[in-house]
Amino acid sequence: MISPVLPQSLKTNPQLDHWVRFNADRTVTVFSGKVELGQGIVTAIAQIAAEELDVSPARLAIVPGDTRCSPNEWYTAGSQSIEVGGAAMRLACAEVRRLFVEAAACRFEVSAAELRVRDGAIELPGTDLATSYWDLAAEVSLARAATGGAPPKPSAEHAIVGKSAARRDIRAKLSGAAYVHDMELPGMVYGRVLRPPAQGARLKHLEDEAALRVLPGVVGLCVSGSFVAIAAAREEQAVAALEAARGAARWEAPPALPEPGEITAVLPALPSTRTITSSRQTPGAGAAVTRREATYSKPYIAHASIGPSCALAEFTDGKLTIWSHTQGPHHLRAQIARALGMAESEVEVVHRDGAGCYGHNGADDVALDAALLARACGRPVLLQWTREDEFAWSPCGSAMMVKLRAGLDAGNRVVEWQHEIWSHTHIKRPGWGEGVNLLAAWHMDPPLPVPPAKDMPLPTGGADRNAIPFYDFPTHEIAYNFIADMPLRVSALRTLGAYANIFAIECFLDELATGAGIDPVAFRLQHLRDERARAVIEAAAAAAGWKAGAAGDGARGMGIGFARYKNLSAYCAVVVEVEVTEKIRVTRAVAAVDAGQIVNPDGLKNQIEGGIVQAISWTLKEALQWDRERVTARRWEDYPILGFDEVPQIEVVLIDHPEQPGLGAGECAAGPTAAAVGNALWHALGVRARDLPLSPERVARAMP
Amino acid sequence: MAENFTLRVNGREHTVSAEANTPLVYILRNDLKLKGTRFGCGQGNCGACTVLIDGKPVQSCDTPLWSAPGHEITTIEGLGSAEAPGRLQQAFIDEQAMQCGYCINGIVMSAEALLARTPAPTDAEIAQALERNLCRCGTHVRVLRAIKRAAGAAR
Repeated sequence: MISPVLPQSLKTNPQLDHWVRFNADRTVTVFSGKVELGQGIVTAIAQIAAEELDVSPARLAIVPGDTRCSPNEWYTAGSQSIEVGGAAMRLACAEVRRLFVEAAACRFEVSAAELRVRDGAIELPGTDLATSYWDLAAEVSLARAATGGAPPKPSAEHAIVGKSAARRDIRAKLSGAAYVHDMELPGMVYGRVLRPPAQGARLKHLEDEAALRVLPGVVGLCVSGSFVAIAAAREEQAVAALEAARGAARWEAPPALPEPGEITAVLPALPSTRTITSSRQTPGAGAAVTRREATYSKPYIAHASIGPSCALAEFTDGKLTIWSHTQGPHHLRAQIARALGMAESEVEVVHRDGAGCYGHNGADDVALDAALLARACGRPVLLQWTREDEFAWSPCGSAMMVKLRAGLDAGNRVVEWQHEIWSHTHIKRPGWGEGVNLLAAWHMDPPLPVPPAKDMPLPTGGADRNAIPFYDFPTHEIAYNFIADMPLRVSALRTLGAYANIFAIECFLDELATGAGIDPVAFRLQHLRDERARAVIEAAAAAAGWKAGAAGDGARGMGIGFARYKNLSAYCAVVVEVEVTEKIRVTRAVAAVDAGQIVNPDGLKNQIEGGIVQAISWTLKEALQWDRERVTARRWEDYPILGFDEVPQIEVVLIDHPEQPGLGAGECAAGPTAAAVGNALWHALGVRARDLPLSPERVARAMP
Repeated sequence: MAENFTLRVNGREHTVSAEANTPLVYILRNDLKLKGTRFGCGQGNCGACTVLIDGKPVQSCDTPLWSAPGHEITTIEGLGSAEAPGRLQQAFIDEQAMQCGYCINGIVMSAEALLARTPAPTDAEIAQALERNLCRCGTHVRVLRAIKRAAGAAR
C-alpha cells in the first residue's frame, strides 16, 4: 500500500483534535492556521470543513490563527491557503467523519458504507437508527494522528464546495467592531511610537523626558535605544504626547539611502552577486535568425493599506498575549519571545482581522511595539501606527530591473531566451531566514542585528518568481543579480517578483510578435501546448471580443497578458481595453481564470477583480520616492492610488475543474493585468513603455 | 483642559468630557463605543472615518469635537445593525461588496449622503460622491454595483 502524502500543514500538526472539535451545544469548531486578510479565506475553509463533515455551515465556527489552539500553518501567504491549508482541513475532516461513521457502524452493527451523515446526524437510511457526532463524541477520541487515509468526498457529491457562500465576516464589519483596532480590555491604554525621522537615524536624547511623563493622560514612556513609545489614557492624549516627544527628540541622521533616480540606474549601481537560477538547453533547438532585447523596470511599491498597523498587548502573570493582524501567528510568537527574552511558551498570539493585507506589512512590527510599551507601563496597550509611518517604515515591495533577450528562428519560433534580474530579496518576514525581523528589535537597546537578506528560491521563487517562461521555449537562462543591501526596507508584497517578471515577459512577447507580424494571441498559442493555459487565453480573448490583426486607433487599444502564477498555481489571462488621452485609462478588463477546483466562486471572482484593480493602480500610478535619508511619502497625496472614477468594467470568466486540486489564485491576476495594460498602450499608440509606472511622463518619454 | 460637550449621535444625546480639539473619530469610537467608524489616515484623505453631520459626509478624523454640538451626527450604526442592516448595508451584503472591509463603512456613509440627495445617481455621480474614499483591495466594481442596487431598492 502506498502511504498517502500528507499536506505540509497536517505533517506539522497531525493530531486531529487540533483541527476539529465537537461542542456540547451541537456545534462544531474547526481550527485553521490560515487567517483572514480580506481575501475571504475563512469563509472558504469553513465551506471545505462543512462539506467534508456534512454539517450545515451555520453549525460550524472557525478559529483561525490562535497560537493557543490553532495549528501552526506557517504564514497565510503565497496563495497557499486553499492549496495547502484547505487541503489539510479537507483531509482532517474526512478522517474525523470516517472515525465517527465507523463508530456508529459498530454501534448499529452495520457496515460504514450503509450510513449517511446529514448535518452532523449519522443515520441508517430507511430505519430510525441514528446517532450524531455529538452523541458519539465521548467515545471517539480525536487525540490521534491523522493518517491521511480517509478519502475526501468526490467532487460530484459536493453540495457546499463549489457554490458561492457569503462572507462570514461581512455583517459585523458593516456595522461595528470587527478589527483588532476595535478591541478594548479593562485598564487598556492607547499607545503610539515615535519612529526615527530618517532611515539610519539614531536617537541622541530626549529633552526633558520628565516633562513628557507628566503630559495629560500619559501613563507610560518607553525609551530604549532609538525606540520611543508613549502610552496615554485617552487616544488623543497619546497622539498629543507623540507630537511632544517628536519635538523633544534629538537625532543623528547620516544619509543612509542611495541618490534617488530611475530604477534602471539605481539598481545596477548597487553591489550584487550574479547567479544562474535556472537554465535549460534542448539539443537540436533551431538557430536564431533574429534577436531582440529590452529592459523593463518596476519601482518600490507600498502596501498602502487603508488602516494603519495595530496590535493589542497584555501582560498577565508574566505571560504575554498579543492580538495581531499578522500573517504568521506562530512565527510572530517565536520572534517576539526572542526579542523580549521570553520563552515561547510565555507568549501567545491571537489573530484578529486588520485592514487589507497584501504581504509583509507593519502588522508584526507593531505587535512588538505594543508588547514593549505594555511591559513598560504595566497595562494592556492598544498601539496603532500613523499614516506617515506606514509609508516610511512598513516594508515595501522590492524594485526590479529585468533585461530580456530572445532569438527567433526563421519560422518565428522562440529558440533563445535570457532573463536577467536585478533586485533585492522579496521576503524578509519574521521567521524567514535568520535572526529577528522586527523593526523595534533593531532600534531598541541593545539592538538585535538586522538579519542578512535571503530570497526565496525557485521553484516558487522570490525575485525570480515567474521568471522562467511558461511557454514551450527550447532554451532559457535566468540570471539573478541579487542585491543583498536593502536601502529601502523591503519584503513580501503580493506576487513578489512575479508582477515585474510577467509584465516584462508578456510585454516582450508582444514586441516579438509585433516584430514578426503575428497577432499576440496567436503568437502565444504557437508557443503553448499546455491545454489549460491555452484555454484561459482563448476564453479571455473570446470574452473580450479580441480580433486578430485589428489596429488601435491612436487613442484606444486592447492588450493581453497571461501567466500561470509561480508556474504552479492558477492560470490567468487578462485582456484590457485602454483609452489614452493625457493619461491612460483602463476602461474594461476581462479575465479568464483556471484555479482548479473552485471552493467559493464569488469569493474567487472578488479576489480576481481586486487583483486587477490593485494591479492597474500599481501599473499606472504607484512608485515610492526617496531622498538620501528616507522614503518621502507621508500622506495619500504623496502616493496616489486608483480612485473610484478610474476603475474599469470588469468581467471574470471562471473555468472550473472540480476534479482537479485547487490552485492558489489570490495573486494570479496582477502580472497579466500589468502586461495587458502595457500591451494595450502599444496597441493604441504604438508606444512601448517599459518602466513602471506607466504615468503620463513616462509614456511621453517612451514616445518615439 | 477637558470640557463637557453634548452630542447628538444616531438620534440620541450623549455628554462626553474631552479636550475641545479632540478629533470626533476618537470620541465616537472610544467614548461612545461606536467602533464602526474606522480610523484610516488621520489626515482627512482616505474617507474611512466618514460620518454624516446634518446629512453631509465629513471626515471625522479632522472634525474637532467643539464643532459637533448642535448638529445631527450619523454613524454606520445609525443605518442598521448586523441583524437588521439598513438598505445600503443590505445591498453591500447582497453584492458581497467587501474584501478587507476597512474602507467600506466610510464608503457606505458617503453613499448614504448621495442617495439622500440623488435617489437615482448615475455612475459618474456615484464616482464623484466617492472621490474622497479610498479602497486598496480593489472592491470598487462591487461597491458601485451595491450603491446602484440600493438606489434601485429605494425607488
